[in-house]
Amino acid sequence: MSLFSAEDIAINFGGIKAVDGVTFSVEKGEVFTIIGPNGAGKTTIFNLMSRIYDPTEGRLVFEGQDITRVPAHRIASLGIARTFQNIELFEHATLLQNLLLARHAHKKSHFWSEILFLPSTRRMEIEHREAVERVIDFLDLQQYRDSLIVNLPYGVRKVTELARALCTNPKLLLLDEPSSGLNVEETEDMAFWIQDIKKLLGITVLMVEHDMTLVSAVSDRVLALNYGRPIALGTPVEVQSHPEVMRAYLGG
Amino acid sequence: MRFVFKTSYDQDIRLFRDKVDMGWYALLAILVVALPFVVSTYYAGEIAWVFIYGLCGVSLMVLVGYTGLVSLGHAAFLGIGAYAHAYFLQQGLPWIPSVVLAILITTACGLIVGLPALRMTGIYLAIATLAFSIIIQEIFNRWESVTHGFAGMPVAPPVILGVSFADEREFYFLCLFFLLVALWLTRNLLRAPTGRAWIAIRDSEIAAQSMGVNLAIYKSMAFAYSAGLMGLAGALFAHKIAYLAPDIFTILLSIQFLLLVIVGGLGSLHGAVFGAIFVALLPPAIAILRDGIPGTLSDWSASTGIGLFQIVGDALGNFLKKPGVEAGIFGLILVLVILLEPLGIYGRWLKVRLFFSTFPMYKADSFRRQKSYMRSERLR
Repeated sequence: MSLFSAEDIAINFGGIKAVDGVTFSVEKGEVFTIIGPNGAGKTTIFNLMSRIYDPTEGRLVFEGQDITRVPAHRIASLGIARTFQNIELFEHATLLQNLLLARHAHKKSHFWSEILFLPSTRRMEIEHREAVERVIDFLDLQQYRDSLIVNLPYGVRKVTELARALCTNPKLLLLDEPSSGLNVEETEDMAFWIQDIKKLLGITVLMVEHDMTLVSAVSDRVLALNYGRPIALGTPVEVQSHPEVMRAYLGG
Repeated sequence: MRFVFKTSYDQDIRLFRDKVDMGWYALLAILVVALPFVVSTYYAGEIAWVFIYGLCGVSLMVLVGYTGLVSLGHAAFLGIGAYAHAYFLQQGLPWIPSVVLAILITTACGLIVGLPALRMTGIYLAIATLAFSIIIQEIFNRWESVTHGFAGMPVAPPVILGVSFADEREFYFLCLFFLLVALWLTRNLLRAPTGRAWIAIRDSEIAAQSMGVNLAIYKSMAFAYSAGLMGLAGALFAHKIAYLAPDIFTILLSIQFLLLVIVGGLGSLHGAVFGAIFVALLPPAIAILRDGIPGTLSDWSASTGIGLFQIVGDALGNFLKKPGVEAGIFGLILVLVILLEPLGIYGRWLKVRLFFSTFPMYKADSFRRQKSYMRSERLR
């Protein structure tokens, strides 16, 4: 059984069919990439999966459970975490606070123990901190712990987004253009981290990406979209040489 | 220069950063306790206003500064707390149950007002809360069996478990106690998951949601908690002014509370206290200036023989006596703070502190913000 599958999903914004009958499934332990020209509906699929949009048609299934109508705030606790294309960090909070917030899905304390800050709350906080510190070590963010996000450079923010997603302990990680805005060295780091996330942490990755070098380096399978419709599915090499894909990107 | 070495996670959780910090706060505590015995009773009473405004500041800071929801209706919550407390006291309830009931009622009102906040943000929410405040003021006017309408309502002096707090000095300590409790409880929430969820909602609702924050629950919680604190402040406020009338709890008071948190510094509890000092002590300061300036300047004029001092002094004195000057000065300060120091008094305080802790190596650019990057507006 696949970890995640989208069955014939579609969404219309007015008369525009942003996603129009897309079916795919992500197997446990793979890196699955969605590519396509601008406006192909890649990010829209992510927004459907994180339940920000309601699909007009179709079903989303995660670990055998239908999540088509699950509210957005329940997605994280099911084990799906995501990053955003245009960084959505909590800008006026420190990096540490950003990562600790990602532990929210695992929060066990309740209002009354928090307002009095009972020993149990303190213990939970330290547990969360330990989980967060593991991710900080993994992504080398130690020196930025107490910096406000507004004071961090773009590249570090991008890594912070990845760190925040990892802090939720996901089974499926959605990366929306992890390399956009990064320079060559940072993109290379990102490629290594994606491989480590897959091999060391055993997390399945579903990503949207434009940088074909990165896509070929880390992806097991690639799905190409154009105008909300799937046009090719296969290994990176297969998809890149597919005539439909070439036409979508180059015209003609 | 001072270095703080972090050796345990608990260091980032506990209330005071280290022994030095604790020492400073202990010194402040001694000062605050000694103050009413040093200054006259009149000034002790004025400083009690700082504590009451401080409570209002903490309340609004949770909502505006931490959750990012604007309210123009907080004077209404204050009024509900004040009238409820005064009414229950009049019905013969002891002080503690009366305050608890007043807090519960305002909390419930906060929950109800918070419902539209689940769908509205920014200016729309401000207008919705403004409408609420006008409705509540109308209720204060008309519900004469409880509020006595325009005739007003006397408030009995506070007697808790047989101990009277009617004297200005005793009341000072009562207000101080409740402000400290409120600060402690709020700080606890802010260093726990609830506070982080509020901050997350303020900075990016979409990301907060994707990390598992239930927006509806945490926004209502912020509204309810903020209103509950306002109810407590209202009870103390009622004792302080001793006579309630509906025209106290107007939109102007709500705006003054907003001014308080903005001038104090959004997003910090220090800011709530700094703002309260500012708002509570500005009117007496203006009064002192009004009474002092003409006399001082005419003395200068007499001793130096320059007639200009006399003219300027009289003009300033006349100007400060005009009605509405106070509101004008408040407005001017608000504009200047937003233009020159967006982080308010707390922001300035951080700079001064850094100046001394890194002396003589202070860099003027330490607080310069980097370029902010474009964020997607599509999902909001």
